Amino acid sequence: MTQKMHIKLTVNGEDREFLAEPRELLIYALRETLNITGPHVGCETSHCGACTITLNGKSVKSCTMFVAQANGAEITTIEGLGSPDSLHVLQEAFKEHHGLQCGFCTPGMITRASKLLEENPTPTEEEVRFGMAGNICRCTGYQNIVKSILAAANELNASKEAAQ
Amino acid sequence: MNDMTPDRETRSANLKGLGCSRKRVEDARFTQGKGNYVDDIKLPGMLHGDFVRSPYAHARVVSINKDAALALPGVVAVLTAEDLAPLNLHWMPTLAGDKQMVLADGKVLFQGQEVAFVVAKDRYVAADAVELVEVEYEELPVIVDPFEALKTDVVLREDLAGQTHGAHGPRKHHNHIFTWEQGDETTTNQVLENADVVAEETMYYHRTHPCPLETCGSVASMDKVNGKLTLWGTFQAPHVVRTVASLLSGIEEHNIRVVSPDIGGGFGNKVGVYPGYVCSIVASIVTGVPVKWVEDRMENLMSTAFARDYWMTGKIAATKEGKITGLHCHVTADHGGFDACADPTKFPAGFMNICTGSYDIPVAYLAVDGVYTNKAPGGVSYRCSFRVTEAVYFIERMIEVLAIELNMDAAELRRINFIKKEQFPYQSALGWEYDSGDYHTAWDKALKAVDYEGLRREQAERVEAFKRGETRTLMGIGLSFFTEIVGAGPVKNCDILGMGMFDSCEIRIHPTGSAIARLGTISQGQGHATTFAQILASEIGLSADSITIEEGDTDTAPYGLGTYGSRSTPVAGAATAMAGRKIRAKAQMIAAYLLEVHDDDVEWDIDRFVVKGAPERFKTMKEIAYAAYNQAIPGIEPGLEAVSYYDPPNMTYPFGAYVCVMDIDVDTGVPEIRRFYALDDCGTRINPMIIEGQIHGGLTEALAVALGQEIAYDDLGNVKTGTLMDFFLPTAWEVPNYETDFTVTPSPHHPIGAKGVGESPHVGGVPCFSNAVQDAFRAFGNRHTNMPHDHWRIWQTANRLGLHD
Repeated sequence: MTQKMHIKLTVNGEDREFLAEPRELLIYALRETLNITGPHVGCETSHCGACTITLNGKSVKSCTMFVAQANGAEITTIEGLGSPDSLHVLQEAFKEHHGLQCGFCTPGMITRASKLLEENPTPTEEEVRFGMAGNICRCTGYQNIVKSILAAANELNASKEAAQ
Repeated sequence: MNDMTPDRETRSANLKGLGCSRKRVEDARFTQGKGNYVDDIKLPGMLHGDFVRSPYAHARVVSINKDAALALPGVVAVLTAEDLAPLNLHWMPTLAGDKQMVLADGKVLFQGQEVAFVVAKDRYVAADAVELVEVEYEELPVIVDPFEALKTDVVLREDLAGQTHGAHGPRKHHNHIFTWEQGDETTTNQVLENADVVAEETMYYHRTHPCPLETCGSVASMDKVNGKLTLWGTFQAPHVVRTVASLLSGIEEHNIRVVSPDIGGGFGNKVGVYPGYVCSIVASIVTGVPVKWVEDRMENLMSTAFARDYWMTGKIAATKEGKITGLHCHVTADHGGFDACADPTKFPAGFMNICTGSYDIPVAYLAVDGVYTNKAPGGVSYRCSFRVTEAVYFIERMIEVLAIELNMDAAELRRINFIKKEQFPYQSALGWEYDSGDYHTAWDKALKAVDYEGLRREQAERVEAFKRGETRTLMGIGLSFFTEIVGAGPVKNCDILGMGMFDSCEIRIHPTGSAIARLGTISQGQGHATTFAQILASEIGLSADSITIEEGDTDTAPYGLGTYGSRSTPVAGAATAMAGRKIRAKAQMIAAYLLEVHDDDVEWDIDRFVVKGAPERFKTMKEIAYAAYNQAIPGIEPGLEAVSYYDPPNMTYPFGAYVCVMDIDVDTGVPEIRRFYALDDCGTRINPMIIEGQIHGGLTEALAVALGQEIAYDDLGNVKTGTLMDFFLPTAWEVPNYETDFTVTPSPHHPIGAKGVGESPHVGGVPCFSNAVQDAFRAFGNRHTNMPHDHWRIWQTANRLGLHD
């Protein structure tokens, strides 16, 4: 066993410090050390996207990044997107448009979608499909996921307009 | 009735019962990352298990040296077959009447087979220790071809040496498992000999894998103080797991609690009992602390639950006019190293005998030969009822081949052979009684919706344009009409390990008019907590929002056979309705007492009992519920509870009509799905939103299987598709938008007329996508090519037909 490193992360706005082996993957540090179990492990090869988080402003698959590489980073997971009393627009949209079934891909899917809508607030259906292609869902066939994301984009844009 | 009483329509809508696209109650936790899947379970002192797996597909295990692994700090135990043998747990029974090694006992039979189980303080140390276990192997000849397996002198299952009979009758060869025959061979052969036309084809339905996004896993916790074992895991049938665990371990069944927490998709992968479950239990018993085992994706694809792998040869006889007169089907079924197929006991090839499909075929014969090879065991129903995808693919390809033979339109050929509406209940030549159907109406609706004739004209024009060199794209029109057979099943002929395939529901109505219902099934994404509450709402007149549905904890749920084969709605859904009716029967007596009339003088009206002829006098279910707990009613016990164990009188037979329009680039082999129309008839529709979602998902899994997904082996038995790099799972980018449609033909024997739907789109979708690819090349002489139709194989088809010249 190698010597443990001192790791500092800001996760969902909260500063977290802990010791970890340098080889430990970020997803396991989140899930097992910090008990943030929203992001899931589906493949450990970057293909499925169930582990997607936002790290320093970018969508990252936390199953193929060492926690050591993330040292000092600011991280948002599904747990940081909304609260039970005030769901994120995407969380509401996925519920409303049946954008999930077994729920295993959902945290990664919504986290990625939240970043996608920041990158491109007015995506076409094609841009949503392309922008979400790193996240696999086995249940829904994507049709209602795409619908949910487009609906959330409309909602976000409408509230922005209303605020102006 | 007074001004304050909502009208009937409003009262009915408030229930959110049958037919309501009710939003899912599961989604609040899933969208917030608060699901509770097996890998989320964390117990004090919990250890992690990991497998040493065989790199060889067939080898003798000469020696296993654990010393270096055990010397690694943090390693608690290394278990091998030798350690499990004294407990008689080194082998376990399979669902198919065979037995399977839990850990390699002298030899290995497939790549990835479990050889030793390492238990350590965390997953990293366990993985390190796996590398330190030294296993010496002696390679043996590898057999990956089932036809070669039936000829070779190489004996795969030495433990069965000399056994000329297996669980399903005589064995013809040392690598042969069973022959399963259905129908009338003599008459079928006579019909074939004397037919105007006979079309023959051999097709391979390749090996694939259900690959849910969550892999399989378990957490076992043996409480030595109380003698209780708790087992959490990815179980599609938790009660069966409890019974099996009890039989295997000798722990009395009341001391075992099995819990299926949230399950991240199943699709058949989580029906079987796997060595990892057994090893986590043994490890917890040995160490006295909880032990978690979760497979990674490679382990999942290599070792738990393959699907299909059927070599099917068909002969279909018809008159010159296209009336089918007989069908002959032979299957060579590759079951891998152990026969661990997950089928009802009496059906070693599942319901393959539904292969006469939706057609009125007077005589038929089916024979299936099961064979051992050096591949992983499994044989699960991947998003289908038992082997129904294979059966439907077979008949829908045979229809297309017959259409070519007859030079007929394949849609018309189907139409003239459909079982007619008035023939239901229909006795099929291979022994099933189809409950209800109206195939012609569905087919006409589908063809009209897509303007079938217009599509054929466009296709013909495209072929001409292609021949003139004006385009390099061909157009395929894929048709399929399927009949599923789901809802296993009647106890008289359906059981798993001796347990009849009934299902159950137990309801408790609370005093304030809300309720909890527990079922023997377990949702893996189907939304049971939403839909079963809807069934109940319509039966007992309480809003679905006031009904909690609970499943998956064997300490609280009534015994059931679980969720697979689209059986939840046909069986547990029926139990729910029947239990609801028991509640209502008692509620009627209470209402009559409260209204001071005879029981027969009140009648049910949506959410209340009213006095016949005096609608202003009524008691709502809420009032009745309260009375059940606070009034002494002569002759009636307090409380309002019911339980129903439902033994279905028959299977249900959902059906559907699908059309796919595809454009294929002849030079790249890339198919582009332009349109997909899916009409499903699943009988009474409980929640249209959820039905449509299931259809989108099932079609996408069908697209995957038809267009690229496979578990492939090389000649040495190496798995060539062990990661998601090689194993095709479609992304949002590859998947089209689907058009869904429906007809409603209720099941006559189901209490609410529902038939089940989750698997239909997969069953009907695979042949539809495949037929579209094959149809694109029909004008150029294509008759049949095997799936998966990936770009390379489509390009090869085009090349073989001379389209690149």
